[in-house]
Amino acid sequence: MNFDDTPQEAAFRAEAKSWIAANAPKALEPELKTSGFGGLYLGSVDPMQAAKAWQKKKAAAGWACLHWPKDYGGRGASPIERVIWGQEEGLYAKLSAPFTIGHGMCGPTVMAFASEDQKRERLPPLASGEEIWCQLFSEPAAGSDLAGLRTRAEKDGDDWVVNGQKIWTSGAQHSDWGLLLTRTDPSVAKHKGLTMFFLNMRSPGVEVRPIRQMNDQRTFNEVFFENVRIPDAQRLGAVGQGWQVSLTTLMNERLSIGSGMPTGFPDLFELACQLETPDGPAVDDPAVRAKLADWAVKASGLRFTAFRALSALSKGETPGPENSIGKLVAGSMMQDIAKFALDLEGHAGLLTDPDDAPALAKFQTMLLRSPATRIEGGSDEILRNIIAERVLGLPPDIRVDKDVAFNAIPTGGR
Amino acid sequence: MNFDFSDEQKQLRDSARRFLEKQSPVAVVRRVLEGDEGYDKELWKGLAEMGFTGAAIPEEFGGAGLGHLELCVIAEELGRSLAPTPFSSSIYLAAEFLMAAGSEEQKAKYLPKLASGEWIGTFAFAEGVGEVTPDRIASGASQGKLSGTKVPVPDGEIADFAVVAANTGGSGVRSVSLFLVDLSGAGVTRTPVKTIDPSRKHARIAFDGAAAEPLGAAGEGWSILTNVLDRAAVLTAFEQVGGSDRALEMARDYALERIAFGRQIGSFQAIKHILADMYVSATLARSNCYWGAYALSTGSAELPEAAATARVSATQAFQHCSTNNIQVHGGMGFTWQFDCHLYYKRSNLLALNLGSLSQWENKLIERMRAGNSAKDAA
Repeated sequence: MNFDDTPQEAAFRAEAKSWIAANAPKALEPELKTSGFGGLYLGSVDPMQAAKAWQKKKAAAGWACLHWPKDYGGRGASPIERVIWGQEEGLYAKLSAPFTIGHGMCGPTVMAFASEDQKRERLPPLASGEEIWCQLFSEPAAGSDLAGLRTRAEKDGDDWVVNGQKIWTSGAQHSDWGLLLTRTDPSVAKHKGLTMFFLNMRSPGVEVRPIRQMNDQRTFNEVFFENVRIPDAQRLGAVGQGWQVSLTTLMNERLSIGSGMPTGFPDLFELACQLETPDGPAVDDPAVRAKLADWAVKASGLRFTAFRALSALSKGETPGPENSIGKLVAGSMMQDIAKFALDLEGHAGLLTDPDDAPALAKFQTMLLRSPATRIEGGSDEILRNIIAERVLGLPPDIRVDKDVAFNAIPTGGR
Repeated sequence: MNFDFSDEQKQLRDSARRFLEKQSPVAVVRRVLEGDEGYDKELWKGLAEMGFTGAAIPEEFGGAGLGHLELCVIAEELGRSLAPTPFSSSIYLAAEFLMAAGSEEQKAKYLPKLASGEWIGTFAFAEGVGEVTPDRIASGASQGKLSGTKVPVPDGEIADFAVVAANTGGSGVRSVSLFLVDLSGAGVTRTPVKTIDPSRKHARIAFDGAAAEPLGAAGEGWSILTNVLDRAAVLTAFEQVGGSDRALEMARDYALERIAFGRQIGSFQAIKHILADMYVSATLARSNCYWGAYALSTGSAELPEAAATARVSATQAFQHCSTNNIQVHGGMGFTWQFDCHLYYKRSNLLALNLGSLSQWENKLIERMRAGNSAKDAA
């Protein structure tokens, strides 16, 4: 049992380290340190330009989408090498935020289902950050119940005509391409009538409306489709096979390990050690200690759970199901930690301007962002269902709409 | 990175599991629970014959000389099966004390007998209510004679000897020294005490001028016992993880078997989410225990922090899993007939027997602060 690299891994790490040392945008380091929790915020430069510049530089030197084949803009690296790169990239990985969904979910789906020509055309600019992708899955009436989506695609000659609405689409306002899950047959059971496409987000009839969120940011969007035409050649998988295709996408999301969900714990520990109370530093208060210890072992447990998964990757094995706990633990932990930090800060806890608030207002930012973390990409409740059903082998929920034609499912008037 | 047990260690775990499933079924646990015999003698003999008791004891002292990773693997299986034996007192504590602080003569005298299971050792530490601190150790020793009362002492009635923490003058950490005391000798009175888990017996031991042989240097007792408690904490954490997993399996199996409202209760989200949360805490604890095992086996400077982390995490997990195992079983989980209470009781015993959860939480934060200042200074 050890944390050591194999000789090959060590050589790869050294190469990555030296390239990063010579090429990373070091001027951005102070701002990257304080940027976080739900978006990329840089004061001095346009975050998108900074992100694209770093991605382009990486791609040119073969450090983009490391695990993709070289022909598609990657490096042909092993999964563990991809993780090592992530560890070495460290702070600068924050600059990859605009590409996370494209690289992690859209790219692998295109790779699995698109034609060879399409892959050679679309994947390299995705890898290099020239083109940004979004994932058009959730709808107002289909969140956790994704297969209940209603955006219609109807065949018209060699094209499909799409009408409907998506929501919670991260980064749609910056996207060039989108991965779109539609309903092509409402007369069959809900999982059977879906079909996947990719489309140019500049197509006539696509309208993106950013959503003003409770934290006053606009990272999520609504996307409306009005008679949008998509060539049949941009269909991914067979007609009616959209659900199976989407599972490929979602499985890739779950395999993108090693990035590590932030929990806020190191920040809280620092605050508790530094914050003076009339009785000394907050960390000396037994009530504070009990809470810190509880979060400390959770943060440490997540870290070492990830190490176990990395060990499996290092041996060329598939990581076990234990990695499915990450977001479930980290999401609510971040929310609880934010509330507790504000409590420690007392009256000053209600300030939100980084110039006024303690710790550059990071806990206030965390408080207002964390509700989304517990919902996006599978809510806490859906994640518990997944653990119970796929890991522990409990029976699936009884689904009253399972064998009913989609257009016969009650809608509650919507 | 290879943050996992080796194939050989996994094979050892499998063979320990097979052995314990056969030799330590619930019937054996219940026999000790309901009886006056302090432990299951057949099982204890078997554990020694399998080489488990001597796994981490060097070959020159009669052990198998494997190491502490192997002992961790065995501990997990002991926890899973609730094995009613003095393994933790004799091996995690007495043997570790001797290996940490014993003279060559003491090691040669005691370790082979501990490895073979012929002698049982224990650690006599606590004396009263609340956290044990150096100034709360009233038992005193001078000129080879020890007096005072220790309670509760695990396996106190059946142990052949004890490592005893006693005051040797003054106050603070330097006031504590350790002694080896033959429990069958003169000046030792042992009385059984009832505990929350009767499958693991405890005693009150009154020493009245009992013959005591120093273990380690005078005034070094607190420092030695702090280290040994950290080592024992990692091993106990593996027992707790083994128990957590078993409690989770019992609850899962019952959720699949029990029908209510015309369906398996495991198909209700209320039950599923309880079980998912049990899986989460057991998984976090297991990963933290791996860190503890790494630190224990390599003699890493991280041991104090890793041990406290494993201890806190595994205590939480076992209490959480054993508590919710009863909840998932409903009323039947509250009966003597069902086995849920055996795990509930063991989880609450293990949560206290090396010092309480809040004490370990306190240690963890102290040690993280110390670690951070060391990092800042570096």
